[in-house]
Amino acid sequence: MKFDTPATTNPIDRGRVVGVAHDRIDGPAKVTGTAPYAYERHDAAPQAAYGWIVGSAIAKGKIDAMDLRAAQSAPGVLAIVTHQTAGPLGKGARNTAHLLGGPIIEHYDQAVALVIADSFENARDAARLLRIDYSPEKGRYDLAAERGHATVPKEGFGGPADTAAGNFEAGFAKAAVKVDQSYTTPDQSHAMMEPHATTAAWDGDSLTLWTSNQMVAWAVEDMAATLKIPKDKIRIVTPYIGGGFGGKLFLRADALLAALGARAAGRPVKVALARPQIPNNTTHRAATIQRIRIGADRDGIIGAIGHEVWSGDLPGGGPEVAAQQTRLLYRGTDRLTAHRLAELDLPEANAMRAPGEAVGLLALEIAMDELAEATGVDPVELRIRNDVQYDPEAGPQRPFSSRKFVECLRQGAERFGWERRVPQPGQVRDGRWLVGMGMAAAFRNNLVAKSGARVGIDGRGHVVVETDMTDIGTGSYTILAQTAAEMLGVPIEAVTVRLGDSLFPKSAGSGGQFGANSATAGLYAACVALREKLAAKAGFPANQTVFEDGLVRLGNQSQPIGALAGEEGMWAEDRIEFGKLTQDYAQATFGAHFCEVGVDVDTAEVRVRRMGGAFAAGRILNPKSARSQVIGAMTMGVGAALMEELHVDKRFGFFVNHDMAEYLVPVHADIPEQDVLFLDELDDKSSPMKAKGVGELGICGAGAAVANAIYNATGIRLRDYPLTIDKLLAQREGSALA
Amino acid sequence: MKPFTYSRAASVEDAVAAASSGGRFIAGGTNLLDLMKLQIETPSHLIDVNHLELDRIERTPEGGLRIGAMVRNTALAAHPDVRRDYAVLSRALLAGASGQLRNKATTAGNLLQRTRCPYFYDTRMPCNKRKPGSGCGALKGGSRSLAIVGTSDACIAQHPSDMAVAMRVLDAAVDTVAADGTRRSIPIADFHLLPGDTPHIENQLKPGELITSVTLPNPLGGTHVYRKVRDRSSYAFALVSVAAVFDGQGGSRFAFGGIAPKPWRVAAADAAAAAGAGAVAQAALADARPTAQNAFKQQLVASTLTSLFRQKEARP
Ligand SMILES: Cc1cc2nc3c(=O)[nH]c(=O)nc-3n(C[C@H](O)[C@H](O)[C@H](O)COP(=O)(O)OP(=O)(O)OC[C@H]3O[C@@H](n4cnc5c(N)ncnc54)[C@H](O)[C@@H]3O)c2cc1C
Ligand code: SF4
Repeated sequence: MKFDTPATTNPIDRGRVVGVAHDRIDGPAKVTGTAPYAYERHDAAPQAAYGWIVGSAIAKGKIDAMDLRAAQSAPGVLAIVTHQTAGPLGKGARNTAHLLGGPIIEHYDQAVALVIADSFENARDAARLLRIDYSPEKGRYDLAAERGHATVPKEGFGGPADTAAGNFEAGFAKAAVKVDQSYTTPDQSHAMMEPHATTAAWDGDSLTLWTSNQMVAWAVEDMAATLKIPKDKIRIVTPYIGGGFGGKLFLRADALLAALGARAAGRPVKVALARPQIPNNTTHRAATIQRIRIGADRDGIIGAIGHEVWSGDLPGGGPEVAAQQTRLLYRGTDRLTAHRLAELDLPEANAMRAPGEAVGLLALEIAMDELAEATGVDPVELRIRNDVQYDPEAGPQRPFSSRKFVECLRQGAERFGWERRVPQPGQVRDGRWLVGMGMAAAFRNNLVAKSGARVGIDGRGHVVVETDMTDIGTGSYTILAQTAAEMLGVPIEAVTVRLGDSLFPKSAGSGGQFGANSATAGLYAACVALREKLAAKAGFPANQTVFEDGLVRLGNQSQPIGALAGEEGMWAEDRIEFGKLTQDYAQATFGAHFCEVGVDVDTAEVRVRRMGGAFAAGRILNPKSARSQVIGAMTMGVGAALMEELHVDKRFGFFVNHDMAEYLVPVHADIPEQDVLFLDELDDKSSPMKAKGVGELGICGAGAAVANAIYNATGIRLRDYPLTIDKLLAQREGSALA
Repeated sequence: MKPFTYSRAASVEDAVAAASSGGRFIAGGTNLLDLMKLQIETPSHLIDVNHLELDRIERTPEGGLRIGAMVRNTALAAHPDVRRDYAVLSRALLAGASGQLRNKATTAGNLLQRTRCPYFYDTRMPCNKRKPGSGCGALKGGSRSLAIVGTSDACIAQHPSDMAVAMRVLDAAVDTVAADGTRRSIPIADFHLLPGDTPHIENQLKPGELITSVTLPNPLGGTHVYRKVRDRSSYAFALVSVAAVFDGQGGSRFAFGGIAPKPWRVAAADAAAAAGAGAVAQAALADARPTAQNAFKQQLVASTLTSLFRQKEARP
């Protein structure tokens, strides 16, 4: 099905199952421990041997020699894979560094060997017996120092590196009120619950990988390219994923080395990264330096807006596209955005939790708070005044498909009690706490991606959905079941959803908040095809046939849907492809974040007291799992604002705090009441589901609301994340801190 | 983890006898096992001391409190005598780790837990404490969480315990028995050692010496406060912590965590209480040698004391 004209009324609009809060259908399997995860596939690959990854001890340079003898003769060792034994390997298009390093080393903890043994303990012990001689080389590990050498990155995710409209420099120069500030965000780690893990088995020249991966088709392609074998020899199975956050978008070392290990050992092998290996071996979110200039008139109306971003990655990598939202969020005729990329020899940077906007808004929305203060306009009102209903770079001929930004601001402010905020900082005290309120815009592009599914129904009216879509804890199983139930008029209990298998039709996968809308739209297309078949079988004209209550009905004639499907059952497969509506219309999701913090008047400890948000993201397919997504994302916003940071050792070139005792993410005690409001919105240009992405929207702007609340509480304006005690204490002079 | 043998001691005598031929005691295992998995500790023999009858809390004839070495942190924090007479200890324990860890962690194990310096944990990095003579990775690297006072050029690691800070302010004593049966009572002030040139030697214990209990002197009365400042609300090690007892007659005692290689207490700081938080901080940190990354801890010690003085004033 090609989606290139706005959706009209369709069966999803009945809203009997879709749009209704529903418990996760995979919940019972997860809480009873019966959902099989990648490292636990004893059922599918019994007798798997254990692989332990050895990571490079240097960040840059080369391996001079590897002495495997002691390890090879250690108890239980079955095989050792290194660059010398692996055979010729290619590299997946989506990997920057090689997943198996050597002799050239590209980053710290890059895998250089896999030791395979009959037990986990034996593999890990033997790994310590490897003797590896390295010749380290001088590397580049300091973004600020390399900033001057940054270049224009090639066009990739997020569009061109630079955009412009009008004449930014001239517009900014003549503005009555100016904000011109620099902001920084640190390197961050995904910190998902389940580590990267794979069980691999060969059957002749065919490889099966039970793995934990967000994007099945990408994993197949990149594995085929790396192993130099045909794609149809590779099967990826990833039905359950214990979180990904972008860290599992790509093929990683666990999968490659499990495959190589299984080949070397002649039996199934499983590999999981140990927690302390994850930050340096896998990908992370790159640090950014951002300069924002906003020129406005005295009423806060923006005339000029510029956002420049510097980030770093390994040679051949890509930038953190943190200026994305600035292209679309606020009005202004004179505009400029620019991304620059420096080469760094730190581990590979890539997508994490709403790449682009998540860190772009951390900066932009402080800048807006600074503009609000400079103009004396209330921060909510300032954003309302600068709303724009079309793509401000392209002009009115490219309107938004739907944009309820102002409604989010108004309703969010009202629910939160924003009118009680005292604009002047440092005025409100509650015992030892200085109390402040802050807000920020939420914005995330609405991406769509082609997505396929097949759907079958048997003689008892039981429906099966199959697609290689993944559920990374987001609720994909449930919204797909809801979609099929709605389309076919059967109860959700009659639907079985099978996901995450490369034998199933290719889907959008999970990433960039495109998964839910795209994958359900793909299933919608398959269901339309099945409805046509069923209607034809009944002898009814498809467009007049109603599917409800387990019946296929035309007027007062009806037949049970199972009976129509017959003993042999009936299947249909289709996919959704998106046409030019994404070019004709700017498509994005919107919201407003509100936050109240307390800052200890003496110690500068920050505690978030309340958070609230209002969001407009098209049809909300399952309000329960959507809310879970958004409050989880708001929690990540608190992490980004207050604590998450990989510390770079600029001498050795690695992330020092590489375990979860030292890389802090919020705990329960950090997260207060979170209020989430979804606005009623249907976006007929986004997909037949009239839905948009929502999962990542919640993180976008959340951290800036925390930062602005800290400013309101204390009068201290911090521009370098995370906003920790040391930074607040350094500016206590003249603030409301004691 | 290197292969190791394991035995379960049935009595204190049994335990120390077993240890005389090498081997390490294991209590809750919440620190030792983690270190063994990373091969930072590589004992070839483990002696399980969980089944010795060292899990009692009893009053001493003098009116103090004897805490068995195997008393779990949860049980100690909840004990009515501790809550009544040594509230600072209960509060410190509850500020540490998580509920699950405290259920497992023991009194002796907590005292002996090792530093959280990230370079200590990465065996590819230089670390004098882990590998004497290899250098200190942290001194010119990531040192934000590490110690500012009592350090040396060889090591700036902090002692991470909360419990030990409260025990230090209470002037506890560590009771031990050696392989030859000798018993000693080591004042907690002397128990932990500063790094000097030998950061791998962290305390007074001789090889095979077993901690049997920790004894608290008679209750001090007064107001007990424990204030722990960290980068998140719970389940994180202290940037700075302060244990304080105000006796109500103008006498005060302070011990500090997160800032030194051992629970930190300076007589001059106790004496400076009347002059206020700033004076206490100054006395406590007289010899501080922070790095650029952790210099803020000096200010934070003062702020935490200010907060704690305020908290005390606010109490009836
Ligand atoms: C994630 C995490 C967070 C934590 N957070 C905190 C925190 O915030 N604050 C805090 O204070 N602590 C914290 N801890 C540390 C925790 O308190 C310690 O791990 C625990 O107290 C150690 O006790 P254990 O009984 O498990 O010791 P074990 O691991 O069994 O032993 C530790 C050491 O003591 C020795 N030992 C044990 N018993 C004896 C004995 N009777 N005589 C002689 N030697 C003995 C062992 O040989 C070993 O060297 C945390 C730990 C973890 C894992
Ligand atoms: S501070 Fe101590 S523990 Fe840390 S690296 Fe230096 S020597 Fe090792």
